[in-house]
Amino acid sequence: MSTRITRLVAVGSLVAAAGLAACAPGSGGGADSSSSPASGASTSVATDAAKLGQVELVVWDQEVRGGQAAQITRLNDAFHKKYPNITLKRVTRSTDDLGTTLKLALSGKTPPDVFQANNGRPDMGAYVKAGQLKPLDDYAKAYGWDERYPESVRQYSSYTTDGKTFGSGSLYGLPQVGEVVGIYVNTKNLAEAGVQKPATWADFEKSLETIKAKRAGEAPLVLGNLDKWPAIHVFGDVQAQNAKAADIRTLGFGQEGASWKTPENTKAAQTIQSWVTKGYLDKNANGLGYDPAWQAFAKGKGTYLIAGTWLQADLAKAMKGDVSFMLPPPATAGGQPVATGGTGIPWAISSKSKNPDAAAAYIDFITSKDAMKVLAETENLPVVDTAAQTAPAGLGKDVFTAFGTIVEKEGLVPYLDYATPTFSDTLGAALQDLIAKKATPEQFLDTLEKDYSAFVAKNKG
Amino acid sequence: MARARGGAGRGSGPPGEPRLSGYLYLLPGFLVYAAFLLYPLGRAAQFSLYEWDGASAESTFVGLRNYSEILGDATLRASFGHALVLMFFYAVLPLLIGLPLATILNRAKVRGLGFFRTVVFLPQVIAMVVIAVAWRRLYAPEGGLNDALRLVGLDSLARGWLGDYTWALSAVGVIGTWFETGLVTVLLLSGMGRIPGELYEAARLDGAGPVREFFAVTLPSVRGEIAVALTLTVIAALRTFDLVYVTTTGGPGTSTMVPSFEVYNRAFEQGNVGSATAIGVTLTVVIFLISTVINRIGDRATS
Repeated sequence: MSTRITRLVAVGSLVAAAGLAACAPGSGGGADSSSSPASGASTSVATDAAKLGQVELVVWDQEVRGGQAAQITRLNDAFHKKYPNITLKRVTRSTDDLGTTLKLALSGKTPPDVFQANNGRPDMGAYVKAGQLKPLDDYAKAYGWDERYPESVRQYSSYTTDGKTFGSGSLYGLPQVGEVVGIYVNTKNLAEAGVQKPATWADFEKSLETIKAKRAGEAPLVLGNLDKWPAIHVFGDVQAQNAKAADIRTLGFGQEGASWKTPENTKAAQTIQSWVTKGYLDKNANGLGYDPAWQAFAKGKGTYLIAGTWLQADLAKAMKGDVSFMLPPPATAGGQPVATGGTGIPWAISSKSKNPDAAAAYIDFITSKDAMKVLAETENLPVVDTAAQTAPAGLGKDVFTAFGTIVEKEGLVPYLDYATPTFSDTLGAALQDLIAKKATPEQFLDTLEKDYSAFVAKNKG
Repeated sequence: MARARGGAGRGSGPPGEPRLSGYLYLLPGFLVYAAFLLYPLGRAAQFSLYEWDGASAESTFVGLRNYSEILGDATLRASFGHALVLMFFYAVLPLLIGLPLATILNRAKVRGLGFFRTVVFLPQVIAMVVIAVAWRRLYAPEGGLNDALRLVGLDSLARGWLGDYTWALSAVGVIGTWFETGLVTVLLLSGMGRIPGELYEAARLDGAGPVREFFAVTLPSVRGEIAVALTLTVIAALRTFDLVYVTTTGGPGTSTMVPSFEVYNRAFEQGNVGSATAIGVTLTVVIFLISTVINRIGDRATS
């Protein structure tokens, strides 16, 4: 008995020792990744894809649902027709699956040439830091992407080459579609309460009071926050009406030089809590799922829903003519709108790609003016040239107008959970605390400031 | 053993004496075990000593800092506490329900016992994610549970159960109880089925009632099964992931956060592989210790 145990222990520790003696994490597979080309080394780029010879491009994307699948199929076909010398080998995955498998693939020896990499620090930021993405600045110059995409859109896929600063530096990807968090309005319920569509933020808050009084027994503002993240979008839009856009960008991109502990942010947090106290938000919001919440809204419950443009197709189908979409109304009627928003998942190129020119030609093709038209036709929200497109009727038109306006007026502020790798959890949990009144607005901001400042300090070092 | 190494082969040495060649039979299995379990475990233990984002070529050796951070992090300590609370719901409660249930099913010799056994066992057959989605609907503010409460006039009790700071952890735990009770009951039933009828007869002749019979005959006879049931359910409780992931994602706040979910979160969402593996290794050690204790007690009971 005892010898058996000794033997087992011996074998066990041998195995453990072998494991420990092995190389440190990360240094295994992609040994050559550290020597990837830096952005400074400007190489000449070829922009005539037809002259690149026979090329095979491996493309990983997550455009698998409805209109997304339709647009990419059309664009791929058109690309192939225009450049028969370039063969696309497309691999599709769901968004989550792509995120996890991409991480492994990029550290391997033969990563895909073109792929969709999530904007945030844990994804694109980590890949940039590891030298796995090709900086696209040279291509941007050659193809004129700087003019095609305004700064407010490019910032979402820009990092410094060390991956530390998000929101500026080199360009690492181009998105096809845009997103903005605005307010869906049940126009029927609004009219029944005798309220006009609010033109200013003060009007909006006042309308909440009126609707609450007229429609007893339900909260005017629908929120399902069981999944933790939905309130981040609501808070983002509320904060955008209180704090300066520049400060929100600094906080949102996790850059140095801002603070959560300001009177403006306190006001935003107080607003959320007072909405719960006054019954504008349901006190059970933390117990309701995101999907059941918007589905209830689609069935006529509540009057407002603060949510992203991605719900447009579903809500339009369910509510027909009884729904409209607007940006959070600014302080003064017709003033500068500011709202949380961003881009779809950007397309990037591997630093190990053997055919970066062909890869760039592909990205150029699927983000061109013609491509934006295809995107609109397949009921996607094109990230640029939005206003120039023929929008789908009704709700789609509202959404296109809203997004076109906010991009044109440079009023997009980033998703707050971009700030630090842990901020999604920190802010999500803190907002649940705030809504349940487990934390005061001050405690809420303390929690956020702690995460933000710890990250900024560490990122600098 | 020296004799076996002498290579005399089959027939040498007294029968029944262990021979080294016996280990050869273990080798294929061991290789698979080592490649897919011991090696990853060793690597995980190694990763836990580093700070690594999961993508970069660089990683920093930080010694035991990831472990000291686990101890210093109040939220993380609380998440281990939540796992212990879940142990009550996953292991203790199903046992308390399963013992009388199995006894009744066994004694009554009900018609269609097979049918009831299947019904009780059914939750085990369903994927946990499906169970979680179904219960999420039950617990919703306008869900089945609240509808039932309102129907009997208990409106004041109705709430969004999974979003309630006081009730969320218990609500998740109850799903675990529902899930594990079947397994425990069926295990106990099979144990009880093996108890010779003469024992009961003798007990009855000695004037024992049903309760006395249960404590004197049934309970001691199924101690082995209880140990197995406890081991399985305790491990299930400690490594709870899918249930929390689908129902609450650790919320509201962090009131249902559990270690396994933190492992996933840190490794795949936050790019903090070192800390994630440190939690994983700690959890492995805790599970190992607890199941060893349970098995020791079970072994002593059966031998």
